Amino acid sequence: MTAQAEQAGFDRQDETLRLRGPLTTQRVGPLWREVLRAAPGARRLDLSAVTALDTTGATLVLAGASAASKADPVPIEGASESVGAVLERARAALAAPRPAAAPGGLSFVAATGAWGVGLWHRFWESTGFLGETVVMAFAALPHPRRMRPADLLRHLDEAGLRAFPLTVLLGTLIGVILAFQSSIPMRQFGAEIFIPPLVGISLVRELGPLIAAVILSGRTGSAYAAELGTMTVNEEIDALRIMGVDPMAMLVLPRLLAAMLVMPVLTLVMNLSGLAGMTAVMIALGFPTALVLNQLEQWLTLGSLIGGLGKSVLFGLAIAMIGCRAGLSAGRGPRAVGDAATAAVVGGIVATVVLDGLCAVLFFRLGW
Amino acid sequence: MDGSASDIHRVEVRDPVVEARGVAMAFGSNTLFRDVTFQVGRGEVFVILGGSGCGKSTLLKLLIGLYPPTAGEIRILGEDLGAADGRARRALLSRLGVMWQSGALFGSMTLLENVMLPLEEHTRLPPAAREQVARVKLGLVGLSDAADRLPAEISGGMAKRAGIARAMALDPPLLFLDEPSAGLDPITSAGLDQLIRDLARDLGTTFVVVTHELQSILAIGDRCIMLDKQAKGMIAEGDPRELRDHATHPTVRAFFRREAA
Repeated sequence: MTAQAEQAGFDRQDETLRLRGPLTTQRVGPLWREVLRAAPGARRLDLSAVTALDTTGATLVLAGASAASKADPVPIEGASESVGAVLERARAALAAPRPAAAPGGLSFVAATGAWGVGLWHRFWESTGFLGETVVMAFAALPHPRRMRPADLLRHLDEAGLRAFPLTVLLGTLIGVILAFQSSIPMRQFGAEIFIPPLVGISLVRELGPLIAAVILSGRTGSAYAAELGTMTVNEEIDALRIMGVDPMAMLVLPRLLAAMLVMPVLTLVMNLSGLAGMTAVMIALGFPTALVLNQLEQWLTLGSLIGGLGKSVLFGLAIAMIGCRAGLSAGRGPRAVGDAATAAVVGGIVATVVLDGLCAVLFFRLGW
Repeated sequence: MDGSASDIHRVEVRDPVVEARGVAMAFGSNTLFRDVTFQVGRGEVFVILGGSGCGKSTLLKLLIGLYPPTAGEIRILGEDLGAADGRARRALLSRLGVMWQSGALFGSMTLLENVMLPLEEHTRLPPAAREQVARVKLGLVGLSDAADRLPAEISGGMAKRAGIARAMALDPPLLFLDEPSAGLDPITSAGLDQLIRDLARDLGTTFVVVTHELQSILAIGDRCIMLDKQAKGMIAEGDPRELRDHATHPTVRAFFRREAA
């Protein structure tokens, strides 16, 4: 009978735990718990009937020898030369030093403190990055050629032109949804005629820039982080630094500029699409187009439009900065790029909402 | 004199673990190699060598069944891996291990978890036993103290050793190693060579190693084949030390004597 066809097994005779057959990876699984249960009290392990042993089987033998006695492992006897060699290898592998046990988990207070310190460090680094960006932007002003025009055009295309279809789709749908949703309560007051200014002002002042920022953050901020993160992981950023090329000027500035330039355009496209969607709903509700346009003309001010477009530039700057910073500060390993992209999207959206809140307070104070 | 024929010293192996017969690979009209024929015996350390771009790593991928060859037949442990499917393929895959050139460790798992993964998938070992076995495998490659580290936290040499530990997780009788010493310092590289020799001797594992590191080839190889880009196929087979001393093919001679071709 070949070793492959044999069954692995064991029996306990008085003070001897006797293992038999091929103790190999695929065969010792079902035996493991039973052997360890039968081992306590045995004075020796007998391997004379073991026909084959691999390192997994050897681990079971050594675990059995340790389980037999709480003091020292019991002696292992009867191993053939080949079985003994594998056993010795496994014994040496197990005897190799292990790292000191990791310190226990932090207490709640310590964990909160560590989180706060981490947050402070991130804020501090982000402030440094902002300062570095401003310095670099001013330094680049007298030398516009250092910022490669081809790169700027590529980023304008990727962040702007390619985002148009999505922006038009979302804008139209949001205009339609807002008009339909507001028509129900407005009808109760006989104020359906005010749906165009309601949707128009909401879009132009708030939703247009905000949703365009979410699109930019999801598409472009994450792409910046992933692209620069991959370059960081591949040591391309270090290579640039060593070549004397400032990665901020070469990689960050064109992206910031592109995001700032495309955001007002995307916002405008979003606004127009939303207004078109709203107009379609109003026509479906029986209102003439001229009345809708008249209402918009009456209520929408240039100040609202400029305010919305102005803050969209700010959103674009924040999203691009956060995306670039997430990419440039990516760690090592395959997870780093994914983490950077996630940080870019989350950070970009949070920063947009915070900035929007600040703008709301500012506009309120200014009476816009 | 054309030395290409005289440098192929074919040995008939009884019960071969790996068998390639007339294997060819082409990408479109570009033939990478053709008529590659060799056998690997049980317990051998068999080296596939050659210059850059000759198709060594592609041949390895054909052997482990990742791609089908354009022509020819490959048998692994007596079976056709490419034709096997379902349970037969799974059973056959559990009997071979592969160490990838980059280590290909899963970045979100510690080294211990990386090694435990095949044990979880292919064995009925209880969880505590899996961990113990995985620690033994890491101990075999000298990484006991790095078991709880992530791949991003270890060096290239450690990643290669961890790759070997994961490949050995199921104690397969056959291990494929892709460029195990590439990019390593001579000391680490020599340590890895010693490890391969030790595992082959003590555990009886068969190794198929793809490399172009001359010192490694001479240190670990029982037999080898050499692929050549110009010849689009094998130009040598035999004991690497014999080939170093007695090769007649100019490319084989240049390779072993580190001369410009």
